Amino acid sequence: MGWFGFQPEIVDYSFREMVFKAAQRAYEDAGGLDPRRDADAFISCQEDFWEGISISDEFAPDQLGGAMKSVYTVTGDGLQCVGQASMMIKSGLFDVVVVESHGKPSDIATLNDVMFTATDPISVRPLGLENVHAVAALEARSYMSKYGVSEDHLDAVVEKAHEAGLRNPRAVYASLDRKRSSTPVVADPLREADIARFVDAAVVVVLASERVIRDYTDAPVWVDGAWWSTEISTLELHDWSFPVHAREAADGAYAQAKIADPAKEVGFAEVDNRYSFKELQHIEALRLAPRGTAKDLLADGAFCPGGRLPVNLSGGALAEGVPLEVHGLARLSYAVGVMRGEIKAEVDRADVAVVHSWRGVPTTTSAVTVLRL
Amino acid sequence: MTGRNLNFKHRVAVVGAGLTLFRSRLLETPQELAWLAAKQALDEAGLTLKDIDCVVIGSAPDAFDGVHMKGEYLAEGAGGIHKPTIRVFVGGATGVFVPIAAWWHVASGLCKRVLAVAEEKMSHAARPHTQYVFRYIWDPIVEKPLNPNLIWIFAMEMHRYMHKCGVKKEDVALVSVKNKRNACGHPSAQLCMPNITVDDVLKSEVLVWPVQLLDISPTSDGAAAVVLASEEEARRITDTPVWIKGIGWTLDTTHWTNRDLAYPEYVRRAAEMAYRMAGIDNPRKQIDVAEPYDPFDYKELHHMEGLGLAKKCEAPVLTREGVTQRDGDLPINPSGGLLGVGNPIAAAGLMKVAEIFWQVRGEAGERQVKKPVYTGLAQAWGDLMQAGTVVVMGI
Repeated sequence: MGWFGFQPEIVDYSFREMVFKAAQRAYEDAGGLDPRRDADAFISCQEDFWEGISISDEFAPDQLGGAMKSVYTVTGDGLQCVGQASMMIKSGLFDVVVVESHGKPSDIATLNDVMFTATDPISVRPLGLENVHAVAALEARSYMSKYGVSEDHLDAVVEKAHEAGLRNPRAVYASLDRKRSSTPVVADPLREADIARFVDAAVVVVLASERVIRDYTDAPVWVDGAWWSTEISTLELHDWSFPVHAREAADGAYAQAKIADPAKEVGFAEVDNRYSFKELQHIEALRLAPRGTAKDLLADGAFCPGGRLPVNLSGGALAEGVPLEVHGLARLSYAVGVMRGEIKAEVDRADVAVVHSWRGVPTTTSAVTVLRL
Repeated sequence: MTGRNLNFKHRVAVVGAGLTLFRSRLLETPQELAWLAAKQALDEAGLTLKDIDCVVIGSAPDAFDGVHMKGEYLAEGAGGIHKPTIRVFVGGATGVFVPIAAWWHVASGLCKRVLAVAEEKMSHAARPHTQYVFRYIWDPIVEKPLNPNLIWIFAMEMHRYMHKCGVKKEDVALVSVKNKRNACGHPSAQLCMPNITVDDVLKSEVLVWPVQLLDISPTSDGAAAVVLASEEEARRITDTPVWIKGIGWTLDTTHWTNRDLAYPEYVRRAAEMAYRMAGIDNPRKQIDVAEPYDPFDYKELHHMEGLGLAKKCEAPVLTREGVTQRDGDLPINPSGGLLGVGNPIAAAGLMKVAEIFWQVRGEAGERQVKKPVYTGLAQAWGDLMQAGTVVVMGI
């Protein structure tokens, strides 16, 4: 595992140099793995419009050491790449697969416009959407009214994220001064503090088969389950009050990991909280709390550091920022750090973790990975 | 090294294929095109969407369809709703990569029936021409300021190949003539030209010398789909599954200016990976029919050599001798290829896989090659003359 960046604006390095740095650290972390000799395949998780380059996979191989080897791109979140790598290894054809994702949103001058072009060109785009967070705000209203979630509950989520983030050295946006209620409304009910800001980062993860893993480490963290799901992509037809995609992805990953009761069997979780209310939704979708109860359990401290099932010990995206498609790998790398004991965290059971990522509005895709020591 | 562990747990078969018309300016939306192909593939396999566990989507640049996160957008048309749906991407080589990714979905044991869909709608992309999308595929610092065009660099590659192998334009044009004539047997074909001659190619408009209008595939819209299944499922679905025997792909360095333009080393390595898996050590003898990627006529020759179906600089000779005709000893692009059927980028690659599927099953109709087909190969190419993807299929 290697990462680089997590800064609001990286000006000294190109995206390729950022990936090179992260890859170098990952290979060192994997016992000095030589990608030219040891890696069978490389996956890059990126999207053309984020890159500002058409056919951006052209630029994937060199900085990973993958030139003239098996390299391809998944246009999705980094956790989806982990799922692909897991399948590749399970197929028996590959032993070592490298997963990379990078995001440099500080290079994008028109982020809202780029996100807007992800909507249906016929049914949604003509409406105009000057603020894409409005879509999330509609989801927030729907969820909050259906399950009795108040703005006080959102205050609590934001406060927890910033408190946890203060212990995470790469959480650049963590600040105790960030009181939700004092930030301006962006799209009712979402205030500025409810919305994670963007951050520049690259993360590289090395996955290996059981057959060869001991060549690289004595303390592997196993991917016990990896699944993803897409709900209907037509904005007006998806479930506005509950992230069905996250539930389906979690159920698939738990089935692989043979986890029957996640709320009891999972030690801690890193979930998407690019909007504050999403943390509550995703806790419920991942079956870490019954529907509609995450707000109360959060108030009781169940999901806080040292609680029954700590969620987002890193502070999540609200504290670290959203590095575009790196988001899932950011969550994963933090969880692995906690499991290996490299990150000191208030958690009783660090042996089983669940990691979740959602691709943000207007998508309806989630990916979930279950990790075990 | 890749492929060192060849003890696969699950064999994987193709059990159905579907294809839309390939045309410029089709009126269907990208989602509708994807569904038309997907439905046809499902029908051919006798399955419905409920039977599908996972979906793999392939589509080339988002800028063609003009949709950011095109995989999310296409998920509905490709039948991927409430399923694990993934979009994979290796530029122009994507079409043949879709069944490669679908292969490990099944071979991992995690999915039993996978729908692999490729779609491209490029004819509406930019004004005055779709080529404008390719202005943004270059290194933004060292190349973009020169405003290169894809046809320019392929013209360099064609020139280099012709120079190094001593090939004349007339020899290269034979490929275009063969493929555009072959396309007349294909119900999806955009450029069936039954009476085309070498002279027509040589007299067509010069785009970037030595590339002329009839050396190059058209701008197209279209979609293709195949259904893959595990051995147990495949035997339940059909009596004639076509097995995926080998997969391979390679991505060369981004720095295309440093490449040997006369020989696609990355295709050779991709083929080597697929051949090792398929147990093929003499492709010229063991491959009965092949669909190498032919967006330009010289690329068919280039790729035949990279795939080991001809020795270096031998492909033009085989073409001239008629070896690559449908009734020849090594039929190449009996479908009509991209030059004849059309080139909706990712869909064109998957069309080649579908063609091999039908050829192996003996269901290619008037395109069926004369010799018996036990093993076939499909290959695609993409990025900055950089990516090679290969699938070997057979009974």
